[in-house]
Amino acid sequence: MTRSRRIVWTRIALVAGAVGGIELMCRLEVIKPLTMIAPSQMALELGRMIATGEIIAPAAYTFMEVGAAFVVSIVAGGALGALVHALPRLRRAVDPLLASWYAVPFFVFYPLLIALFGLNALPLIAIGVIFAAPAMMLSTLAGLDLVPRVLRKVARAHRLSRLQEARLITFPSAAPYLFTGLKLAFAYSLIGIIAGEFILSSGGLGYGISYAYESFENRTMYALMLFVLLIATGVNGLLHTWDGRLARRRGIT
Amino acid sequence: MTRLIDTIAIIAAILAIWLGLYAYAGDVAITSPWRTFAFAAELFCRRSFWDNVGATIAAFAMALLISAVAGVAFGLALGMRRFAGEVAEPVLGALYTIPKVTLYPVMLLIFGLGLSAKVAFGVIHGIIPVILFTLAAVKNVQPVLLRTARVLRLGPTETALSVLAPAVAPEIITGLRVGFALTLLGVLIGEMFASQRGLGYLIINGIEVHDVRMTTTVTLIVIVFAVAANGLMLALDRRAHRTSQM
Repeated sequence: MTRSRRIVWTRIALVAGAVGGIELMCRLEVIKPLTMIAPSQMALELGRMIATGEIIAPAAYTFMEVGAAFVVSIVAGGALGALVHALPRLRRAVDPLLASWYAVPFFVFYPLLIALFGLNALPLIAIGVIFAAPAMMLSTLAGLDLVPRVLRKVARAHRLSRLQEARLITFPSAAPYLFTGLKLAFAYSLIGIIAGEFILSSGGLGYGISYAYESFENRTMYALMLFVLLIATGVNGLLHTWDGRLARRRGIT
Repeated sequence: MTRLIDTIAIIAAILAIWLGLYAYAGDVAITSPWRTFAFAAELFCRRSFWDNVGATIAAFAMALLISAVAGVAFGLALGMRRFAGEVAEPVLGALYTIPKVTLYPVMLLIFGLGLSAKVAFGVIHGIIPVILFTLAAVKNVQPVLLRTARVLRLGPTETALSVLAPAVAPEIITGLRVGFALTLLGVLIGEMFASQRGLGYLIINGIEVHDVRMTTTVTLIVIVFAVAANGLMLALDRRAHRTSQM
């Protein structure tokens, strides 16, 4: 077995072991069913919800919001990152703000956002963007900062135009960091939007979980949590694999 | 001097946005800057406000300590064993992606209401970035440094102290900075749901009873604290990165 195979299998075994452990503890009622239902029951309930289609509407709503927030964050975050990188003066001023961004509990602004955008999906998308765009921006800045000086000199030695330099040198060199930004932006859009739905919304998966919790529907609640967990892990795993492939192609495994 | 001007310009820009929002949305959503400052001054004179600040700080300090110590320890252990690190990294990344707010019913059921739930909330938010940054720092130590250590026949302790530690310290400080912010966020969220005390409670209570003035003011205080603490750590971070590059 190759090394990477072994890593993957160990990982699978680890996760399976953890899930199996929880399953066992739930079945033996070490964990009371009132606290947590067994993972197999969560999966069954989730399967039922998918089969009957009752999960489709909230899931589609949430995906639409996350997708919109993700795209806006990538474009705006990347552009702002490049802009701020080009203006060191502006950067020095906004740096402390950017870096403390995630300490601010933004969903307290939700009532304000509703007043601004109206009672629809827009305030939640805005929260997703507020969460995700700075991550993309910070990654862009990091990527641009870490372009090796020698590459810049190569660009100058070859008399590349600014556009050529950006396309041939800066972008490929910063690409891994930009990809990290992409990963983070997805994570943060999802976190921001589900959290927003959870606290102050009337639709989507987050709202479904909070509603189920308040009406003591443990089965629904855990099935929805499992669904969110699977989506988050699934997309993240996909991006991770892709990331690894990009890194290997560049020979920085 | 330019720094001072920068700072003033940023504060002016924020105030302008704030005033714009206030003009657009009005008293239902946000209070004007001046009324907010006045109310902040009023809050600072209240005993009960400081009780809430104390509750938040106690929970935050405990959560931060756990996140930092356990996070760095896990990160170092995973970073030094390549195999374990590669097994764990995507799992940690996935955990980082989970919207942890959705886990709050589970946390409440496990920890009950009160301090331990708040601390647990802070830790689950803050610990993973600390682990990930530490892990990446150890993993990305330039091989040439370790080879130099071997050429110089340094023992494991000497290698760790005089080569590894200075090489990874800057990234770990960055990790701690991110962890600091997220722990604070986690504690505040914990207070919003799982507590009857603390600044997070004041905010959510303000939302629930529609006390816009309280919500806006406490939010402002939290933001000012977070930005100030972070500015301090950023300076430390910069210095560490600068010295390590020489």
